[in-house]
Amino acid sequence: MKLTIEVNGAVRAVDASPWKRLLDLLRDDLRLTGTKEGCGEGECGACTVLLDGEPVNSCLVAAGQCDGRRVTTVEGLARGDLLHAVQRQLIACGGAQCGICTPGIAVCAAHLVDRGLIDPSGAGEAAARAQVRELLAGNICRCTGYQLIVEAVIAAAREVAAATEPTG
Amino acid sequence: MTAYLRPRDLDEALAARAAHPDWMVLAGGTDLMVNANHGAPPAGILDLWRLAAVCFVRHADGAIVIGAGTTWREVEREPVIRSQLAPLAAAAREIGALQIQSRATLGGNVGTSSPVGDSLPVLLALDATLEVASPRGRRTVAYRDWCTGYRTTQLAADELIVAAHVPIPAPATRTAWRKVGTRRAQSISKVMGAAAILLDGDRVVEARIALGAIADRPVRISAAEAAVRGLRLTDAAAAAHAAVASAIRPIDDIRSTASYRREVAANLVARFFAR
Repeated sequence: MKLTIEVNGAVRAVDASPWKRLLDLLRDDLRLTGTKEGCGEGECGACTVLLDGEPVNSCLVAAGQCDGRRVTTVEGLARGDLLHAVQRQLIACGGAQCGICTPGIAVCAAHLVDRGLIDPSGAGEAAARAQVRELLAGNICRCTGYQLIVEAVIAAAREVAAATEPTG
Repeated sequence: MTAYLRPRDLDEALAARAAHPDWMVLAGGTDLMVNANHGAPPAGILDLWRLAAVCFVRHADGAIVIGAGTTWREVEREPVIRSQLAPLAAAAREIGALQIQSRATLGGNVGTSSPVGDSLPVLLALDATLEVASPRGRRTVAYRDWCTGYRTTQLAADELIVAAHVPIPAPATRTAWRKVGTRRAQSISKVMGAAAILLDGDRVVEARIALGAIADRPVRISAAEAAVRGLRLTDAAAAAHAAVASAIRPIDDIRSTASYRREVAANLVARFFAR
């Protein structure tokens, strides 16, 4: 089946079975290997990408379903050389260890921060931590214990909130 | 090679369903794609993801009508559902995690009809009705009659699920939902339950009590519903506990044991009646 998919802002044409997993289409056909396979059954979130702006497990999306739609992978988070706030804060806070979960965490957390779903100021730090823990619960990390990931996401939310605040 | 069709409207979807009964009806894929890498690919995919005719939430006639293609994230974020059907919004928030909620649909939960489908006890407790369509026309099925066995339903081979009609509970109704698993997110329930309790002051006029993961299908616990009728809340809690504990026959499996499930189910329902 001929598929036309907007991947990270560029329209890509690819010929593939509609039953192929989006995960395999990205890695094998489009050579976007930033997206990792963890469990392969929708439990761990390592393969998270955005489909029409919503976080999904790419191991559970059929390629045919992506025809004419928009996909964002971890490769699409940065703007040129400028990493997304979430990526910069994951580095600054040390919110990564073995790295397999990191692309999925970065994609999901970028979605949360860009949508304003984490409120770093409103109800205080503890409430923000609880928000991050709930909304990132679909991304399993077996190394870090999550603490530094949560810190990084809150720091990124704070950064993005400050940047979008009206000035003067 | 697997064939693929993304119908433009419900008529085209129904025609394709009738013409290709061996094709997989696919929406969010959170159940059907789990084994995508094992076994033979389907002959074809009838892709209902984002089909406009089944993606809507409508307020009508004392009920909220939720299209079968509505995702749990949409259910959870819909203001009219949060305010009028609170237990459904609460269940939506604990189905899998964000990535699952962005894709899994109401129609998928109802069609797959797993005994651990988290929304299903809520649909029982709220006395929902399902609307299904085929080239022969439309019909409605009371959700309490929908499940016919382990992962089997009344859906005929040429039918598609269109929507769930969920009546808005009367103002004096207490509604509740609770899930017990190993972890808040992504865990498959050991036990979950929902209730709609019509109260007159602190007296139970009537109650609908439903449990999941304790039988081959989601079930109403009629013995407990009968036991609490007319009682004050404090007495109802004890009566419900005893009735649930003796009425259900859960099983041992990898996720839990029969005795744990029985005790937790009874406690969970009793708490629905806590003052």
